[in-house]
Amino acid sequence: MTEHRDLTLNPEAVSDDVAEGNTTTINFGPQHPAAHGVLRLVLELDGEVVERVDPHVGLLHRGTEKLIEHKTYLQAMPYFDRLDYVAPMNQEHAWCMAVERLLGVEVPARAQHIRVLYSEIGRILSHLLNVTTQAMDVGALTPPLWGFEEREKLMVFYERASGSRMHAAYFRPGGVHQDLPPKLIADIDKWCDEFPRVLDDIEGLLTENRIFKQRNVDIGVVSKEFAYQWGFSGVMVRGSGIPWDLRKSQPYEGYEDYEFDIPLGKNGDCYDRYLCRMEEMRQSVRIMKQAIAKMPEGPVMVEDGKLAPPKRGEMKTSMEALIHHFKLYTEGAHVPAGEVYACVEAPKGEFGVYLVADGSNKPYRAKIRAPGFAHLAAMDALNRGHMLADVSAILGSLDIVFGEIDR
Amino acid sequence: MGMEKFASKIKSVLKSSYVMHEVAHGEVTVVVRAEKVVDALTALRDHKDLRLVQLIDLCGVDWPGRSRRFDVVYHLLSPFKNTRLRVKAMVGEGESIASVCDVFPVANWFEREAFDMYGINFSGHPDLRRLLTDYGFEGHPFRKDFPLTGYVEVRYDETKKRVVYEPVKLTQEYRHFDTLSPWEGAEYTLPGDEKAGADQ
Repeated sequence: MTEHRDLTLNPEAVSDDVAEGNTTTINFGPQHPAAHGVLRLVLELDGEVVERVDPHVGLLHRGTEKLIEHKTYLQAMPYFDRLDYVAPMNQEHAWCMAVERLLGVEVPARAQHIRVLYSEIGRILSHLLNVTTQAMDVGALTPPLWGFEEREKLMVFYERASGSRMHAAYFRPGGVHQDLPPKLIADIDKWCDEFPRVLDDIEGLLTENRIFKQRNVDIGVVSKEFAYQWGFSGVMVRGSGIPWDLRKSQPYEGYEDYEFDIPLGKNGDCYDRYLCRMEEMRQSVRIMKQAIAKMPEGPVMVEDGKLAPPKRGEMKTSMEALIHHFKLYTEGAHVPAGEVYACVEAPKGEFGVYLVADGSNKPYRAKIRAPGFAHLAAMDALNRGHMLADVSAILGSLDIVFGEIDR
Repeated sequence: MGMEKFASKIKSVLKSSYVMHEVAHGEVTVVVRAEKVVDALTALRDHKDLRLVQLIDLCGVDWPGRSRRFDVVYHLLSPFKNTRLRVKAMVGEGESIASVCDVFPVANWFEREAFDMYGINFSGHPDLRRLLTDYGFEGHPFRKDFPLTGYVEVRYDETKKRVVYEPVKLTQEYRHFDTLSPWEGAEYTLPGDEKAGADQ
């Protein structure tokens, strides 16, 4: 205590400290409203300028990849809801695609359309959360309230399809779990007509908002070179003007048949990334409308007794169906040995699964490639030289969710 | 570019670091010599016809039965040529493999994770600390010989007023369901059947 008082009384001692480059170290998190989950940042500051950022992650590490090695392929699937819990079905999608590629299974057309429809719902869920909480990080409270109202409606669509608001477990290897009722599809269609007005409202609050622009324009600028070096994907590369979207460049699940545009930023700053996300939501609505309009009739699951469970009605009358059901839910489907990397354009970027199968009913190794992991790894390089207050703005625009980073 | 053609192009670029390649499921996997991994990845990144400039993923895979136990798997992407490539290198327990942080800065965290989970040592890494596990964690949890339940558990001790670490106590044994059918898949002898087929 006395030493501290001496320092403040003696101005020379203080200036010596600065000349020697003494920095202040502060702890940001693990419990902090702008940390978007459980992130501990150790910040070294020179005055208000960030000298070094050391993110400590892993506080939400649950060993998902290890757990998956001890589960059958179907049992492993619900773990993917719990990664990026803001857009659960997009993760399930990557897992199902990996398993389907090893099995060589073709998904029925109706299931593909349902998957596209729900992947885009997931994208809007994630972008709404990110855009509005980013606004909250820089001081605006109204956008999250408006955005979360729409998210609630979307989660009801999740619930009506799968029975669960968040942890859907709806995409299954070979298709989707159950067919959608016509009323639900009609309601989603109606929502697609209403939603752009809400987006206009949120844009009216933020896009030209002076405070929002002051906090985001020219903050956290990502150059193209930087984006390549740090393995960025998704909005983090598109915000810097790189035309790269897996839905266009490496199309999967019939995305090549949809008409939509990929918005690109110019400056690669937090503000451009915000603009990209807003426009992507409008494009997602376009895709959803097309998916609904084109939705064919037919099965939503492959009709292969060794992969897809039989219908309940069949089980009551068919011995073979009963055996298949029992075998699928105890032993599970066997996946041929091999390795495959399947990825989807998740809302946050490229979400991939590297799956090594040994021919048994359980995966040998499943590596989950989360987009946020690479983005957060660049946190130190992105923040150097910025002010302390910019840290939360940059963190907000990276769009990180700790479920997928810590796994 | 056809997959085989792409693979032979990779082979010519890699030169002496090339070991073998495989084309499966529309993907090319190339195995390189572990001691030359930095040269290999630099060549793949910089070659004007390949330009695999993005390291999408880096991870370890454990094969305990093998003499060189771990695979280090690199997933590369070229946004210019729209191609992907998987590069593998084998490394044994106690050996080390060169860090590729200088080639791809993002490898920093990926390598920290692989070190944390598998104990793979990356030489030349600027900051090889644990990443995902707890402060003071012991062992490498994703190794196949590390039990799923782990060795320690934590709880808040009301008397000590702090979190304490204790050996894992399971009120019920971890239930490993061996659901593999005895008729197909696993080959093991049913109890009482040991002598079946012995006379043949």
